[in-house]
Amino acid sequence: MMLSVHDLAVSRGGIAILERVGFVLDPGEALVLRGPNGIGKTTLLRSIAGLQPPVAGRAELPPEGAAYAGHADGLKATLSVAENLTFWARIYGQGDIAPALHAMDLEGLAERPAQNLSAGQKRRLGLARLLVTGRRLWLLDEPTVSLDTASVALFAAAIRAHLASGGAALMATHIDLGLEEARILDLTPFRATLPAPGQGGGFDEAFA
Amino acid sequence: MLSTAAGTASQDAMSIWEYANPKKFMQTSAWALPWVTGLAVVTLVTGLVWGFFFTPDDYRQGATVKIIYIHVPSAMMAINAWAMMLVTSMIWLVRRHHVSVLAAKAAAPIGVTMTLIALFTGAIWGQPMWGTWWAWDPRLTSFLILFLFYLGYIALWEAVEDPDTAADLTSVLCLVGSVFALLSRYAVLFWNQGLHQGASLSLDAEEHVADTYAWPLWVSMAGFVLLFVTLVLIRTRTEIRARRLRALEARERMA
Amino acid sequence: MLALLLRDLRLATRAGGGFGLSLAFFLIVTVLVPFGVGPEGGTLSRIAPGILWVGALLACLLSLDRIFALDREDGSLDLLATAPIPLEGVVAVKALAHWLTTGLPLTLAAPVLGVLLHLPGPGFAWLTLSLAAGTPALSIIGTFGAALTVGLKRGGLLLSLLVLPLYIPTLIFGAEAARRGGEGLATFTPLLMQGGITLGALAILPFAAAAAIRVNLR
Repeated sequence: MMLSVHDLAVSRGGIAILERVGFVLDPGEALVLRGPNGIGKTTLLRSIAGLQPPVAGRAELPPEGAAYAGHADGLKATLSVAENLTFWARIYGQGDIAPALHAMDLEGLAERPAQNLSAGQKRRLGLARLLVTGRRLWLLDEPTVSLDTASVALFAAAIRAHLASGGAALMATHIDLGLEEARILDLTPFRATLPAPGQGGGFDEAFA
Repeated sequence: MLSTAAGTASQDAMSIWEYANPKKFMQTSAWALPWVTGLAVVTLVTGLVWGFFFTPDDYRQGATVKIIYIHVPSAMMAINAWAMMLVTSMIWLVRRHHVSVLAAKAAAPIGVTMTLIALFTGAIWGQPMWGTWWAWDPRLTSFLILFLFYLGYIALWEAVEDPDTAADLTSVLCLVGSVFALLSRYAVLFWNQGLHQGASLSLDAEEHVADTYAWPLWVSMAGFVLLFVTLVLIRTRTEIRARRLRALEARERMA
Repeated sequence: MLALLLRDLRLATRAGGGFGLSLAFFLIVTVLVPFGVGPEGGTLSRIAPGILWVGALLACLLSLDRIFALDREDGSLDLLATAPIPLEGVVAVKALAHWLTTGLPLTLAAPVLGVLLHLPGPGFAWLTLSLAAGTPALSIIGTFGAALTVGLKRGGLLLSLLVLPLYIPTLIFGAEAARRGGEGLATFTPLLMQGGITLGALAILPFAAAAAIRVNLR
């Protein structure tokens, strides 16, 4: 078991938005989170990544943690593609960046400063960062934004290779990656219901 | 340290933490407020009238000595308000009681006012005594520094949008600030020896004020403490209501 | 950790990194002082240690908001917070990088600027020594302030308001050591106090700053 989420409730701006979320992700599996804008996909991913505490419930991650990729790619404009990638590889204690460059078709751009990349190229570099983390669990928030069809195919191939090597991925995305094996979890049923006045245990409910 | 535990009152029924439950706090403070207010008015009026009109002029300082009945209590409360904020901030960080941190937030403007009163009365008193409105005397300087710390604390509360984030950040600032405020106090003492007389009410001090002046001073100080408690209760109630209002508005937006 | 330090140093020295701005600011402040107080050598010589200390402190303040704000904007801070290095370590490394790119150059430049202000002869060594002992404290305290304000859109002014009162003890002991050294008095106590503040700040503030960042990220 790679990731198991039990009865998780998350909040945004002090208001619970999702509750009783529960699922299990095994090695070799991918799970796609679906739901309308504002349902809390980003918040859920950030909670699982440990960036914000959940209101209730818990998420059990592999002991080494997960690799998280959010909306921003964490690139430094004045560093080259290779420098950016090498930095993250060293932070995660990994060595070689060549396979990651190859997988995301960035070999020709290795010496170019990140500020001279197109939006799609930046995104590909951001995703290449996942490959140098050495983490088995990936948490991806809208990974395909600004990618063209060919790049989406590259990304899908990278995911498939990751799953084949025993990894797992949890992602929030709207477009079809062509990953037939990916399960889909619609978050709409988990939308938090407003507690009846006076019933909530939280501070803000104390006087209703 | 900063994890969000469920913000409910303690389980055992007779615990002091029960008053950290906002509902319980509102009930208790609504009951206590008129009494504390009345007591504050009575002691404050008694202390100040006694001090101003029924004590003799000092042989050396004349009538100016009477400003002591405002200067000393306000200076005392300026420090005690910060100490109270430190304690309530720590309670918030450890036990996540919202009322506690809102009380700290409520105390800050009162503390800053007390600091200003102490500084101004000090200047007014200092002018005839030392011949200058302002001297970089260690105690005056320390109060000026304390004033700056209050400003930073209040500004941080104002700047951060999310109330729980603001509560956490200001509490951390209050903790770290307390350490540095204390350091500044010693640094300032090292830097300039100063003009101030020794502690006014200390029992073993060589030059402490005579009993005729001390009694009304004690009463004034009690009055200032009660005034502070009254104001903190009122302001904490306001903060809790404002917080509640925010929650209701958010709920309305969601529904 | 070392990778992070090297990256920050590299970023600071590349175009747009702001390296050298603090030094230029320090120079300008020092040049402005004689215009304000007059060119009389005796006056300048007397106020030189204090002016140089205040100038270094303000120059240090100038670059504080870059410590975390840029990493926050481009998402690196989120990624660093989920990376396998402790956030306290990230804070300490960031403070070290800030000191290497700001505090250390200021310390080395101060004696040169001391010449402009007629710093008394024995004062040069003491000024450099007190800055060397004190500027690390300025960096780590400033890093804590930057951590508090990292979530704010325009936190720069607030950052100054929060950090400057925290700088007071360091400034007092540092300038006092430099002044006493210049006048040939004993400097042991202020230098010892200042070293204590630096070590204490280094021991405690990374934890407070890391806590503040975690709060700001959620």
